[in-house]
Amino acid sequence: MDWYPLYNSLRIALISSVIVFFTGIFAACYIAKLNRVVKGVLDVILTLPMVLPPTVVGYFLLLLLGTRRPLGRWFLEQFGMRLVMTWQSGIFAAVAVSFPLMYRTARGAFESFDETLACSGQTLGLSNAYIFWHIRLPACRQGILAGVVLAFARALGEYGATSMLAGYTPGRTATISTTVYQLWRTDQEELAFKWVMVNMAISAVVLLTVNMLERKNREGRRD
Amino acid sequence: MSLYVDIEKDLGGFRLSARFQAEDEVMGILGASGCGKSTTLRCIAGIMKPDRGRIVLNGKTMFDSEKKIDLPPQKRRMGLLFQNYALFPNMTVEKNLMMGLKAWEKDRTRARKAAAEMAERFCLTGLEQKRPGQLSGGQQQRVALARILLMKPELLMLDEPFSSLDGYLRWKLELELMDHLKEFGGTVLFVSHSRDEIYRICKSACVMDRGTATPVVPVKAMFEEPETMAACMLSGCKNYSAAEPENGTRVYARDWGVSLECGRPVPEGITHIGVRSHYIHILSEDMPHVTGNIIECRIERIVEDVFNMIVMAASLKSRDPSVSARLRLEMPKEQWAVHGAGGKAREGDVIRVWIDPHDILLLRG
Repeated sequence: MDWYPLYNSLRIALISSVIVFFTGIFAACYIAKLNRVVKGVLDVILTLPMVLPPTVVGYFLLLLLGTRRPLGRWFLEQFGMRLVMTWQSGIFAAVAVSFPLMYRTARGAFESFDETLACSGQTLGLSNAYIFWHIRLPACRQGILAGVVLAFARALGEYGATSMLAGYTPGRTATISTTVYQLWRTDQEELAFKWVMVNMAISAVVLLTVNMLERKNREGRRD
Repeated sequence: MSLYVDIEKDLGGFRLSARFQAEDEVMGILGASGCGKSTTLRCIAGIMKPDRGRIVLNGKTMFDSEKKIDLPPQKRRMGLLFQNYALFPNMTVEKNLMMGLKAWEKDRTRARKAAAEMAERFCLTGLEQKRPGQLSGGQQQRVALARILLMKPELLMLDEPFSSLDGYLRWKLELELMDHLKEFGGTVLFVSHSRDEIYRICKSACVMDRGTATPVVPVKAMFEEPETMAACMLSGCKNYSAAEPENGTRVYARDWGVSLECGRPVPEGITHIGVRSHYIHILSEDMPHVTGNIIECRIERIVEDVFNMIVMAASLKSRDPSVSARLRLEMPKEQWAVHGAGGKAREGDVIRVWIDPHDILLLRG
């Protein structure tokens, strides 16, 4: 059995999770401060990829990143780098579909944060950056953690946009989900089943980890 | 050492407008919840921005809308004790205390030592490694206050410090707080909705009603001679009647249907009178010398309180059937046993009550 799809899936999911972690938190923080109208509009735009069919997201991404499209062509001319049909394309797809999950859960966590904690930090002379990293973020840890895990799981399971952007090239762009489809299509049901089990195992481990972290968190705070 | 505040801010429903000056003393702000007390403190601390005005502490301008000065809270060095204490839940008690020093004391060893000393002063020794969630309400308050004092604030502001505690603990912490305030020695703003706390803890105070603060007066004067309805209600007075000044020293109490002597000239603009429930006396047979300010009324309800008897009575001349026009008399139980017809007065009985002219508070709407 060729383990490349596992390796490729994990690296795409990990890299996109890191990207989504920072951009999601930044967006959540920034948008929470805006006025109602702008907030509403941005919220819809940023959440759309979550409710749109992944193929539609893929279509939009192709409009942007395709080799004959503005951004894609510019990249190709400047860096000699194709943004589609490479394993990195999978990252774009994964980021686009998993970002809303991170953004929304982080925003929920930030909104339920007790602002008096930040205010009290300010009156004590703590810098705003210190308050953010040492008080706000730890207090919202649960929500942010949940967001990261959801985003990771979504990125790992991403199929639609990935298949459009990265396609299926064994040993190059193949991920677990595209492999399962390919194997099923080519009548290799047994191998497909193996990959399904691999996927299930990873997902189970992820969920178990979250549950354990949450329990630890609760115990740490219990009075 | 002094604090000068003159701020205005639009709060949607009403306008906040506070102007006062405080020296090295405990100054109280008394007001019902939602009247703008906390907002005033937040504006002074720099967490909220007033629309207009000036805040000066010890000669340094913290905020001046005309000169476009607005120091961030980090630079104001003002300690604000929040109603919920605002301890950082993810940090231990020791770490929380250290936060008070982080911006001011760069030497970690010295900071640790100062925190340990403060913990001892506040009876927190042994709790250093606990988290705020594991502490009692009283301990949380101590940590919060110790954390603030560690930053050596030039002004201390306390926002309803006892509202989340109850009973005996509240009293114990009040005594503790008084000691700490004395030791602190600087300017302290104390915000509360409890007239008793203000009376016990503060030297001077103002009343805040729907965003507007009255001039600051010594606490004793505020309770003995409140000038407005709002101040009078907050000072705990329970009997009110709409009133019209009559000639010279008399007023007509419309809700009670009687004319009363006030023993002093009634100024222009008086719209109400107030009488504290302890100052309405039941007349017994052995007080024939009392002639004026007598109201005949029917007892509607007798309520036994822990130490007092509360009597609700309706003036016979009153045409207003609502509860607000009822007189509320209050007296210690021993006194009730003597004056309440040997404790045998019943609901429905008619009694004669008397009000000393000087106990009538003359109020403006």
